[in-house]
Amino acid sequence: MSTLSPTADVHGHGHEGHGHHDIGFIRKYVFSTDHKVIGIQFLMTTLLMLLVGGALALGVRFQLAWPWRTVPIVGEIVFSGEGGTMSPEFYTMLVTMHASVMIFLVIIPILAGAFGNFLIPLMVGADDMAFPVLNMLSYWFMWPAIFFFGLAFFWSGLDAAPAQGWTSYPVLSALKEAAPGAGIAQTWWLMGLTFVGVSSMMGSVNYMTTIINMRAPGMTLFRMPLTIWGMFITAILQAFALPVLTAAGFMLVAERVLGFNFFVPGGLIVNDSDPTVGGGQPLLWQHLFWFYSHPAVYIMLLPAMGMVSDMLAAQVRKPIFGYKPMVYSMAAIAGLGFIVWGHHMFTSGMNPALGMTFMISTMMIALPSAVKVFNWIGTIWGGKVRFNTVMLNCVAFISMFIVGGLSGIWMASVPTDIYFHDTYFIVAHFHYVLFGATLFGCFGAIQYWYPKMFGRKMNETAGKLHFLLTFIGFNGTFFPMHMLGIAGFPRRYADPYIHPYMEHLMPMNRFMTLCAILMGLAQLILIGNFILSYFTGEKVGRNPWQANGLEWSAPSPPGHGNFDIPPVVYRGPYEYSSPLIDDRDYLMQTDLPPKRPVEKEQDNTSSNDAAEGQG
Amino acid sequence: MNKFWPLFFCFWPIVAVVAFWISPAMNWWFPGMAMSPLGQQIDNLFYMILVIVGLVFVGTHIGLGYVLFRGVAHEDEKKSWFSHGSHKLEVLWSVAPAGILLFMSLYQLDVWMRYRVKSHFPDEVQPIAEVTARQFEWRIRYPAPGKALMPTPQPDDLYTVNDLHVPFGRPVMIRLRSMDVQHSFFVPELRIKQDAVPGTVIPIWFETVDEGDFDLTCAELCGWGHYKMRGRVFAERESQFQHYLKTLQAEQDYDGVRELGSTGAQIAEYSRGPHKQAGH
Repeated sequence: MSTLSPTADVHGHGHEGHGHHDIGFIRKYVFSTDHKVIGIQFLMTTLLMLLVGGALALGVRFQLAWPWRTVPIVGEIVFSGEGGTMSPEFYTMLVTMHASVMIFLVIIPILAGAFGNFLIPLMVGADDMAFPVLNMLSYWFMWPAIFFFGLAFFWSGLDAAPAQGWTSYPVLSALKEAAPGAGIAQTWWLMGLTFVGVSSMMGSVNYMTTIINMRAPGMTLFRMPLTIWGMFITAILQAFALPVLTAAGFMLVAERVLGFNFFVPGGLIVNDSDPTVGGGQPLLWQHLFWFYSHPAVYIMLLPAMGMVSDMLAAQVRKPIFGYKPMVYSMAAIAGLGFIVWGHHMFTSGMNPALGMTFMISTMMIALPSAVKVFNWIGTIWGGKVRFNTVMLNCVAFISMFIVGGLSGIWMASVPTDIYFHDTYFIVAHFHYVLFGATLFGCFGAIQYWYPKMFGRKMNETAGKLHFLLTFIGFNGTFFPMHMLGIAGFPRRYADPYIHPYMEHLMPMNRFMTLCAILMGLAQLILIGNFILSYFTGEKVGRNPWQANGLEWSAPSPPGHGNFDIPPVVYRGPYEYSSPLIDDRDYLMQTDLPPKRPVEKEQDNTSSNDAAEGQG
Repeated sequence: MNKFWPLFFCFWPIVAVVAFWISPAMNWWFPGMAMSPLGQQIDNLFYMILVIVGLVFVGTHIGLGYVLFRGVAHEDEKKSWFSHGSHKLEVLWSVAPAGILLFMSLYQLDVWMRYRVKSHFPDEVQPIAEVTARQFEWRIRYPAPGKALMPTPQPDDLYTVNDLHVPFGRPVMIRLRSMDVQHSFFVPELRIKQDAVPGTVIPIWFETVDEGDFDLTCAELCGWGHYKMRGRVFAERESQFQHYLKTLQAEQDYDGVRELGSTGAQIAEYSRGPHKQAGH
């Protein structure tokens, strides 16, 4: 591999890492400031939380399939008072905590926290994050969040855990009389939310700074991998959207604890309490909440889009089709993402004129998403396709994202959303985007970057089996939800079958639950594969995928400080199958420009520059 | 064997299309025809989007399947096609979807305006009842027969719970309120949904095209008993509706002291079955 080695001070920052400093176990593996360790810590934590959130989801699915039956395995222990069946309070708690755990403790931190941390410095050619200590804190602020969410679970008993939905709309979440879970547990939940927010904000500041300031020489913005673009745009989104949610959370805490009045109007008689006094407006919370939580949907998607682009190009040995349109469409998604939040509120009673504007902006956000899908298909077009686990998960990502994106059209259109709002159609839609797209992207990414994390490959057979079972289980669980939604099946119902028009849907729900159990069990394969491959996986060198990114020029796993040879970048990350070289089909970002016969040199330089400028 | 995975990824979209195709026959579809003119328009929009979305779904998956099949055939070639993209294609597949999306959003504004914008409500529509949602029931207030509904409760108002009676064949309006937390007034067969927001009174209008009773459910999480907030909407003839109000009035005025007289007989008569009394 021909790699230029400039002197170390070309780089100019901090200590140039050459292997090992004499630090103890605690500093190295627990309170580490190394972005790779922090990234892996995030990954382990989020995978653990994925199991917790998945178990909660299975509880939901069980109740929908066999309402008021004795819950197997845990029933006799957890619900001994009720004879082994769950209560409706517990059901609403399950719905709430499943969403809270999956969104705040799995999807957001696995993308930004785990992969963002691990990949950003490696892919831009930095030796670490701009603020390593802040980075460490961003991980350790996750634990108070987990602690407070846990406290919310157990403090006043499982039947009085937060049950206001992850959206926590006041008045239900503001007055303790409104629900058993609206007591102190709701305050703990809000505390957890605040800590997650602080953690994300620390990460966001760090990512922006690192990507702007610490790119290796030659790494211009348009030579950055799309993963980095995804992370960068996500960090900007977080920085601008998150303060609104944090402020809203503090307002709600102030309302609950200190007697402020933002969200609760006067004259309400909740659960036979005295009438409320004051003049708050419940819709204020919805606006503030969705002003964050809609961009948050893209926070939960853009990094995965970036990672899939990188993995896909490497697997099909072809440059990304339309690199710049990909970047611009991510930016467009982020920009439009700030002006579509009202589509969560079409039936809320806000000014109908807003319904029209939000409908148009929401329809328009489908456009950059469509452009991205076309470009991914274009990337595969004419490539060499080899179906390993990474490729399978990437194709699943595209296919599932198409489903999730298209079902969104019905929600963007206000008249049909009147009917579909808060039915299972919505549940189907966002699971196709968040699980079908993001999580399949993450499964692929785990397989793809595992060699860089641990120096060994994950097992292919187990990976394919995990993919197959998850894909079938996933579609079996979530595709019928479209039909449920069309049948008018509302969300968050502990027992929908007391309504005659839904009675006949129980068999379908049983089928979905069985698929969900299959999908849940399949995750054990992932966990097993993840752990066993650490000990038995095939050992690999620096660049097992023969990919172009900077991270593949570092050792596997990289030592403290990442690069033994400070990287210099000559081109974009997608020069696969380049005609400039004959002996291999990839041209790393760090490879020197290939030698050419003298008489052709003039022409080639100019055309190379053009091609490489395009990236 | 190398065709297995492309086939796999082509198989599931076919399953998806078939599933949608057979759903109406399997009763995995709308709970009956839309029973209101606006609901029928909403259904028409649904089917219009279904056609567009269906075509895009099938088209993109054919594209995806095609590139995968071609791709596995290229597996043994030395290099892939070296291409950074095509400006023409980018323009094409940006402009075409943009046009379709813009068309879809503008095409639907009309239904939304008629559903929700007060100045586009039918001229003659008057509020006939106030529905106040609370944990976990629907409280209904009618004006006394022959009177108009006042914003504030009147001494001769009529009250009932969960059963909303409305006349069919003309637009009617209800005023929606909440007494405690947020709820949502959802009548699937009429394709109506409107949140009940504490502190706000929201008018909703609808017109039912025929007699019938429809399920009324709550579509916004309102506490542990969210699922059991079951109400019903009875659409009946104008005369029957007036008769219902009179019966309700008689029931409400009945102090339990008098002999079973005319009012008592009315109650008994009504409770035998309101729908058999057509033609009063």
